[in-house]
Amino acid sequence: MKLRWDTAVGVLLVAVFLTGLGTTDGFASRDNLAFAFNDIAEVALMALPMTLLVVAGQVDLSVASMLGLGSALTGQLWDAGWAFETIVPIVLLVGVVGGLINGWLVTRVGLPSLAVTIGTLALYRGLASVVLGTGAITDFPETYAKWAVDTTTVPGTFLTYPVVLFIVLAAIAAVVLHATGLGRSLFAIGAQEDAAYFAGLRVKRVKLLLFVVSGLISAFAGVVFTLRYGSARADNGQGFEMLVIASVLLGGVDFDGGKGTLFGAVAGVLLIGVLKNLLTLNDVANEVQVIVTGLLLVASVLTPRLITTVSAWRHRRAAASTS
Amino acid sequence: MKSSPARRRAATTAAAVCALAVALAGCGGTTKKDNDNSGPAKTDAKADPGAPLKKGLKLAFLPKQINNPYEKLIDQAGITAAGEFGGKGKEVGPSDASASSQVSYINTLVQQRQDAILIAANDPNAVCGPLKQAMKKDIKVVAYDSDTAPACRQLFINQAGSEEIGRSQVQHLAEQLDYKGEIAILSATQNATNQNTWIRFMKDELSKPAYKNMKLVKTVYGDDDDQKSFQETQGLLKAYPKLKGIIAPTTVGIAAAARYISGSSYEGKVVLNGLGTPNQMRKYVKDGTVEQFSLWDPKKLGYLGSYAAAALASGQITGAEGEKFKAGKLGEYTVGKNGEIILGPPTVFDKANIDKFDF
Repeated sequence: MKLRWDTAVGVLLVAVFLTGLGTTDGFASRDNLAFAFNDIAEVALMALPMTLLVVAGQVDLSVASMLGLGSALTGQLWDAGWAFETIVPIVLLVGVVGGLINGWLVTRVGLPSLAVTIGTLALYRGLASVVLGTGAITDFPETYAKWAVDTTTVPGTFLTYPVVLFIVLAAIAAVVLHATGLGRSLFAIGAQEDAAYFAGLRVKRVKLLLFVVSGLISAFAGVVFTLRYGSARADNGQGFEMLVIASVLLGGVDFDGGKGTLFGAVAGVLLIGVLKNLLTLNDVANEVQVIVTGLLLVASVLTPRLITTVSAWRHRRAAASTS
Repeated sequence: MKSSPARRRAATTAAAVCALAVALAGCGGTTKKDNDNSGPAKTDAKADPGAPLKKGLKLAFLPKQINNPYEKLIDQAGITAAGEFGGKGKEVGPSDASASSQVSYINTLVQQRQDAILIAANDPNAVCGPLKQAMKKDIKVVAYDSDTAPACRQLFINQAGSEEIGRSQVQHLAEQLDYKGEIAILSATQNATNQNTWIRFMKDELSKPAYKNMKLVKTVYGDDDDQKSFQETQGLLKAYPKLKGIIAPTTVGIAAAARYISGSSYEGKVVLNGLGTPNQMRKYVKDGTVEQFSLWDPKKLGYLGSYAAAALASGQITGAEGEKFKAGKLGEYTVGKNGEIILGPPTVFDKANIDKFDF
């Protein structure tokens, strides 16, 4: 029997959620739930393209820096008196260009994505600092801020607009990954890139597209982040790339590529979000929270391998005793 | 061959992402306009100066970063003070000092129904939304050490007024020098707002007749860098052989200057005063290089913050200018302009009291 790690994470998520309902005052309140999910909105958004990338055996470490660049641009253009309707497409375009640079370096120059995006992680964050410096731009009006803040929810629910956007995009990503030819080609590329190439898949084009989508969504996450906190800064979202990758791996997507589900990745993001909220509500120290997340991550990478090893050993023993 | 339909689908996906993104942001249609974050938070409540401090108040301290030793001192003192009036204090916070990291803590403190949140803000605006939410739910908000935008808190506990710091530096040095001789200032960076404000008040104080025999010969900048401050001190003493005193209103500067003087022929001939921390300066006070220096006492800051939050939560004050309350053993305080409460004159540290402080 094979353990499905993504199912296990889903069950764990439900268990943590129910524990929260049963044990912690204030957890079940509409405000808290709206907050808990909105709090990880940007990480969740960026985790979607990241899932597709990791399935295809790639990684994009520059996502959080692109978020910072998006935030810095949003602030600077807003401060210069541009209309928000113009700013958003510009920021998205910059995200596309950033993604193209990543994708181009990976597919045309042939560098590994880890090396490329470590470089652009520094580059995009540096550009963000050039755009905005060390200051902050803050006077975003209610008209725009209300779309991202924790207090504006879709009427009758505890879902905020960034979360709704995430649900829609997650549904699209799930269909793409699990029900289309493109999705199948991602698994093929992740499992055996050369084989995929010789089977006639347009490997480079697919990879380029993934990096572009990743850049686009990260830049947009920068807009969401800026409005949600009402503070555009070049250092916004610093370190988020680790959180994004950790969520995806926690959800059982194999870092070696070729294996994983979108359901698992989503469950991974939500688990990290709900757990953080629950631990904070119970005054668990930040250091302990980091350790808990770390342990979960190690477990998520280790458990499936452990199960395989144990079952292989059992199999061998069974074979030995019958012979 | 699957790539062609796959590509078309992928393009559709990307287009959908774009459209959604634009749709989400593209509502309304204005550009930058002013937002009112300037005035302090207003309340409709009336202050009742005679109200007793409520029992069992829950106060939460939210420092910039949980491992910031300076703020830990403040928070611990505040928690102890809460015990004095029958309340309960606690310290929670993020392990990094980024702009947004305090926000999730504010939300959870609201859910936990704390009576007051005391915050040293990492970013004056990023914490604003949730703090306003907290105040809407009748949770009192007090900023300390590092202020938020005034609209997002009811009170700001300021360690010391700029004028008081500037003038007292000159007064202390003048007493040590018997009001005569050449003096110099060793500052941090040339454009540090707080330093320049202090220096302006120092110059103004020096223009009074009492100081007619004292002369400020030069202001040098050590850039809050130990080496540079050390060299600037060296240069200063070389260039002005008649120099009698140095004011270093920077913790980095005063320690570097003390280090230079203690090993040079100027020891005992030049008086050094300024702002420093006891742990940095202990050695130089004990070996006689420095007679005294000053800084605010972080423990008093936390103590005052705790009582101010309790006074707010008990309805004694609302945060309006002119309201008065009693802060335990520190005595009576008055709320100033923009909800600001000033702790008081800086504490002077010398041989007699320095061992009582550890920060």
